[in-house]
Amino acid sequence: MKKQWPIWEVFIRSKNGLEHRHVGSLHAADATMAMENARDVYTRRSEGVSIWVVESKHIVASNPSESGELFEPAKDKVYRHPTFYNLPDELKHM
Amino acid sequence: MQNIAALEQEFESKIERGISIEPKDWMPEKYRKTHIRQISQHAHSEIVGMLPEGNWITRAPSLRRKVALLAKVQDEAGHGLYLYSAAETLGISRDELFEQLHSGKAKYSSIFNYPTLSWADMGAIGWLVDGAAIINQVMLTRTSYGPYARAMVRICKEESFHQRQGYEIMLTLSKGTPEQKQMAQDSLNRWWWPSLMMFGPTDAESTHTAQSMKWKIKLKTNDELRQQFVDITVPQAEILGLTIPDPDLKWNEEREQYDFGAIDWEEFWQVVKGHGPCNKERIAARKNAFEGGAWVREAAIAHAEKKAARTELKKAV
Ligand SMILES: [Fe+2]
Ligand SMILES: [Fe+2]
Repeated sequence: MKKQWPIWEVFIRSKNGLEHRHVGSLHAADATMAMENARDVYTRRSEGVSIWVVESKHIVASNPSESGELFEPAKDKVYRHPTFYNLPDELKHM
Repeated sequence: MQNIAALEQEFESKIERGISIEPKDWMPEKYRKTHIRQISQHAHSEIVGMLPEGNWITRAPSLRRKVALLAKVQDEAGHGLYLYSAAETLGISRDELFEQLHSGKAKYSSIFNYPTLSWADMGAIGWLVDGAAIINQVMLTRTSYGPYARAMVRICKEESFHQRQGYEIMLTLSKGTPEQKQMAQDSLNRWWWPSLMMFGPTDAESTHTAQSMKWKIKLKTNDELRQQFVDITVPQAEILGLTIPDPDLKWNEEREQYDFGAIDWEEFWQVVKGHGPCNKERIAARKNAFEGGAWVREAAIAHAEKKAARTELKKAV
């Protein structure tokens, strides 16, 4: 099989004030082409004001089998949430 | 390392609770394979589906119709790309997917093997074919595989204009000269039954339905979706003043649904097996595009590599 164009992940900011969000991926030979393709594939109806493209191989992703060690510790730390604290109902603005 | 039974149980429980399956999550091999088959079949349908409509772009009757049709066909290319990307998250490459299409191993919607004989077909396709696709795709926005469901959300947002532009073409022809109205009727006559076939074999015949429902790949059966399409479309034909080519079609008071005539499944299987009017032409067009574009893809890679090497060199100096 011939060499294929690498895969790029596409992130789009839909309007100023919002973060870039992952919208999908595409193939392109280089960054310039990835940017052009992202424009054509993912913003045909003014869905964005800014595009990020990054080659997929550069993304480091967490592994679902390690979800336990990564995310479990936060679960028993309820005292990080405001509802953990018992305060009187008449208390306002807090 | 967990054993397979435990992983399977966790997977089933996620499906049960409506939690999406994401690319890196463990999934049964059969779930993965079923998705590659279904998503790629869907992607191929979007891409091959550009051909019958592409046939009329240069002959659109006005600039308004031409820009709309161009935009629609370009959207279908986009839909194909979203879906190929979704399929690739399951560990199959784009080239393998194309290879499966070209060799006939992978299927695409059999409706695109019918020819587009008149301008009215652009109306009938948008109205009926996109209409049928929308019903299926709206269901799939809630399918269990995350990347597939997300692609469907994007696609559904774009489909509604496709159907409306098609219906507007039908409306204009229906309100036009007797010849124009006849052209619209003729087109409806040819596209009606193939559109009903788009939902696939009857539930009794469908081999994949039970497993697909269990894994929430599908949330409704082929027959349910087909009925929904008929019930939505019949009143739309009435507004056009056109007649649906089915003498058995009638409102059933009791079921509060339309009864409709028997589908010619023999024709359906003939087309699926490659004996439709345009099967050969469609695949030839796809292969030609792929093979003819090979040198461009190779040149782009060579250019990118050369540019990268030059940057490296500059850094070193
Ligand atoms: Fe589409
Ligand atoms: Fe469409």
